[in-house]
Amino acid sequence: MTDLNSWMIWPDNTVLSVLVVLLVAMIVLYAARVPMHGLIRSTGHALAGPLRLGARWLVAVAEDMKRRNRAVLLAQGRRETGQRVEREFERISTLVTRDLQGYPNLQRKLLEQITHVEEDFQKCGEVMPPPPDWVEAVAAVAQIKTGGGEVVQKILVEIRDSIERIHDKAVAEYRRAYQTRHGILEGFLPYWRSLDKTIRQVDQKMADMQDRAAAVDVHMEKYQQILAGTDEAQATLTNSSFTQFTISIIVLWIALGGALINFKLIALPMSEMVGAGDYLTASLRTADVAALVIILLEASMGLFLMESLRVTHLFPRISNLNDHTRRRMIWISLALLVTLAGIEAALALMRDILIADKQALLQSLASTPAALPGEGWIARIPTVGQMILGFILPFALAFVAIPLESFIHSARTLFGVLAVDFVYAVGMALRLLGSLVRLASRALLHLYDLLIVLPLMAEQMVKSLRNREPRVKARPLETTDKYVSPF
Amino acid sequence: MINRAFLPAMLIAGLVVPAAGCVDSRSQAHAVYVLVDTSGTYVSEAGKARPVINYLLGTLQSGDSLAIARVKSRSFSEKDIVARVTFDSRPSQANAQKRAFRDQVGSFLQMVHGSAYTDITGGLIQGAEFLNETGAGKKTILIFSDMEEDLDKVTVREFPISLKNIRVVAVNVTKLNADNIDPRRYLGRLEVWRKRVLAAGAFEWKVINDLERLDTIFAKS
Repeated sequence: MTDLNSWMIWPDNTVLSVLVVLLVAMIVLYAARVPMHGLIRSTGHALAGPLRLGARWLVAVAEDMKRRNRAVLLAQGRRETGQRVEREFERISTLVTRDLQGYPNLQRKLLEQITHVEEDFQKCGEVMPPPPDWVEAVAAVAQIKTGGGEVVQKILVEIRDSIERIHDKAVAEYRRAYQTRHGILEGFLPYWRSLDKTIRQVDQKMADMQDRAAAVDVHMEKYQQILAGTDEAQATLTNSSFTQFTISIIVLWIALGGALINFKLIALPMSEMVGAGDYLTASLRTADVAALVIILLEASMGLFLMESLRVTHLFPRISNLNDHTRRRMIWISLALLVTLAGIEAALALMRDILIADKQALLQSLASTPAALPGEGWIARIPTVGQMILGFILPFALAFVAIPLESFIHSARTLFGVLAVDFVYAVGMALRLLGSLVRLASRALLHLYDLLIVLPLMAEQMVKSLRNREPRVKARPLETTDKYVSPF
Repeated sequence: MINRAFLPAMLIAGLVVPAAGCVDSRSQAHAVYVLVDTSGTYVSEAGKARPVINYLLGTLQSGDSLAIARVKSRSFSEKDIVARVTFDSRPSQANAQKRAFRDQVGSFLQMVHGSAYTDITGGLIQGAEFLNETGAGKKTILIFSDMEEDLDKVTVREFPISLKNIRVVAVNVTKLNADNIDPRRYLGRLEVWRKRVLAAGAFEWKVINDLERLDTIFAKS
């Protein structure tokens, strides 16, 4: 209590003591006004300056990162689009080699068919020769008057019979000719169908070619945009990267689920090989790590296989190998993968045996006997299923290389964009902080003046009084503002 | 457990595998010493130890140790250990050991005879010695007894014992006729043992009379 009151000049009179202390403080603060203003300003400047400088530097860094990201993105896009165009050209080349190489044969076939059809058509156009001139002779004979003569009658009957015979013969001839033409027309039909089919094939091939050409056009346009480095191309590539990132993450999660199942299949039997009681850390068994190492080895073999097959391009050294070495590498990685898959299948079988043994033990330990599992082929389904799963999963894991590559490439873009945004945000925050410090120092100056408002008012009054006497020059109130410039 | 191990294993595999073997495997092991009271007042209850021992056989893993010993007039002797085993690191071998252990314990429980006195302290000292020799990280003594110590005149057990870092679980602590007359005797007896065991440095003292809830034996209180 004594210490608390030690500042009081008159301990019995608190109000008076406070007033006197305030007055003294006010006078001291007034006297120290100029240096204090300078101190506040320079402190504000010292704090705000580096912050603003840092903000500018960060913005420059962000711009640089953005530029580099753009360059990487465009290079990546150029490579991918180039590969696509290359692949489209390969497809077109295959189409041309496969289809157009046989085009002369096709053309010959077409011409032959057309010639054949034309010939048949001409044959169909041939008509029977016109009837002989004897029709007129018959008409003349018909005008002959019989006169009831028996001889004439007989001659006419003979002529009629003769004409009828000739008529029947002509009609038969005519029918036979039409029958022949119908036969020709019937033979015409397969040629016509074949012609139609051939033309359709040609049409289909030409349509395929047009589709390919259109695809090449699209890719080429994109390639040109990338080469030109347009904003549109960059935006498209960035969006594509984000999509790829999402898809690859989903697929990698699925693969992780597969790896987890795989792990469960082999972790228990691995303890039979490396021991169940060995620990690497307080909670991590050696058997678990061994199982994981097997899975990672499988994934690595799959990765090498995919690299050797040139499906992925994570290791340029592998894809740059000559074909002979590369082919050898394909076989080696495939052989190792098959071996590991076989080991996994065996481990899966061993797992089943171990679990069955454990179950049998637990049943023998239990006070009440549990129901025995069913015998026969139904009981073997889980065992066979586990073995198949153990054999297939390594091959399934091998394909993880594809989403992994996609993930790595798209993550570069995604994290690049995020890093740029982060640097921009930090720069903005620093800039904001610098402005706040500057404003705070100004506010502090006003606060300081507010504390010594009475002496300042007195000074103002003195100044106004002195202003009436022309010889006396008053000190301006804003003197300190001229000594230390604000920022 | 496997699921929990998978993700840490993924992270650690690349870092720890080269340094494999740097962790003492024994420190992760669990050693259990089961004391079965064969005194006249408890011998009829000894058979109840079988389900608990079977439960332990089903629960303990490769690398763990298990021993069964009897509590008789003087129990501080290796000869009182009926069966002991440290399970092989291979699960298939461990299962075979468990079967053999079960048979061994079964024969013992069938032929158990009552003793004149009850030397629980001697059994505890012997158990602590066995558990410390195993080097296991987790050590537990299970006592099947009414916890009524009855020593002959020449046996000396009135001295401080060491049960450091050992969990002591009294199982199936039966009530004597006198306890039924005055339950304070029973409660007082358990309290005396609790104090004595904890004073000896035991990690935990627990009493479990409900044999249907064997899983609480190793559960932390």
